[in-house]
Amino acid sequence: MAVNVRIPTPLQKLTGGKGDVTASGGNVKEVIDHLEKNYPGFKEKLYSEDGELRRFINIYINEEDIRFIDSDGSQVKDGDTISIIPAIAGGSGKIQK
Amino acid sequence: MKATQLPPELRVPVITTYDEAVLDRIGNTPLLKIKNIVKDLGNKDIEIYAKAEWTNPAGSVKARPALRMVRDGLASGAFKRGMELIDSTSGNTGVAYALIGRILGFKVNLVLPSNVCKARKGIMAKQFKANLILSDPMEQSDGAIKLCRKLYQENRDKYFLPDQYNNPSNWMAHRDTTAREIFEQTKGRVTHFFAGIGTSGTLMGTSRGLKALNSGVKSYAVEPAESLHGIEGLKHMESSIVPGIYDISVYDEKISVTTDEAYHMVSRIEDEEGLLVGTSSGAALVGAMKLAARIDKGVLVVIFPDSCEECVVAHGEF
Repeated sequence: MAVNVRIPTPLQKLTGGKGDVTASGGNVKEVIDHLEKNYPGFKEKLYSEDGELRRFINIYINEEDIRFIDSDGSQVKDGDTISIIPAIAGGSGKIQK
Repeated sequence: MKATQLPPELRVPVITTYDEAVLDRIGNTPLLKIKNIVKDLGNKDIEIYAKAEWTNPAGSVKARPALRMVRDGLASGAFKRGMELIDSTSGNTGVAYALIGRILGFKVNLVLPSNVCKARKGIMAKQFKANLILSDPMEQSDGAIKLCRKLYQENRDKYFLPDQYNNPSNWMAHRDTTAREIFEQTKGRVTHFFAGIGTSGTLMGTSRGLKALNSGVKSYAVEPAESLHGIEGLKHMESSIVPGIYDISVYDEKISVTTDEAYHMVSRIEDEEGLLVGTSSGAALVGAMKLAARIDKGVLVVIFPDSCEECVVAHGEF
């Protein structure tokens, strides 16, 4: 299954600045494994050392939070959009006037 | 039984509007001794105190700069009668603006990433009637700042934009209140000061104020160790756009704290000190404990910015 993955700003360093990438897999975990192959270091940002999705990372399949489906075992289908959204980090800075 | 027949302690006044006296209660927060976690340090002559900033009206340290920025804007004429306030926020400053707007009678527009927790959005919009404008969560706070700037540029006559990231009134609030309070509450004994960095206003202002009172006081910036982190309210400077008010010459050292360390400390603060605090408080205390491990004596003061009980329970879920 080919899906579109929306990458949050703090992870775009790994994707060469891309905010949207394509990946494939039958469920969220497989999609993340695929991302790890293309963008090494990706997985360790999302998972804790004991293999659990870090609790401040929220992943959505389209509009649905995977916590309320089957966590990273949640199935994906062709054309789905997966959004990786961290908890709110604090303020940023100066914007060009 | 009529309400007037109830004993005084059971009578609940009917509040039809917020009294301006609420604003007088901003600041002068308690300084609480960390009695149990400090035992990790053994017999060292170290005392650690937490500044309980969640006791401010609006529930966080941000009440101080929000009030100062509004008052300075009114005094300078930048914020004129009939104008509306607009600013971007990741939470606490928004709640503070919303409360102040409700009291002083101006409309408040808050631009925030849509994934700010529901509880905070509820306080801003339902309790204090602020207008919420939601930005793309993928862009975090940067997205909110950009959208806020765009809305302001499109209608500059309508809005007063305090711009907490670049407004000196932000840190001045802390120089003039937080620093003085800490100095007085410790009877001038404070030796080390710790604050997390978001806008950096707390760290900049309190450090400047304390060093003016005693040039020997050392101050420490507590920062998330990773760019992708779960310490709400704090920012990883290296991977972010730096706030205009941030000046590295103001503090002595930066201490990095991981999200897991901060979460673990939040649990310990709850279990061992009996305080429900937000993750940025946990991070700040981790920073103080790391420094404490390297020194033999000192009176350390840590800012605990908020309680956010609902966020502690949800651990970043929303």
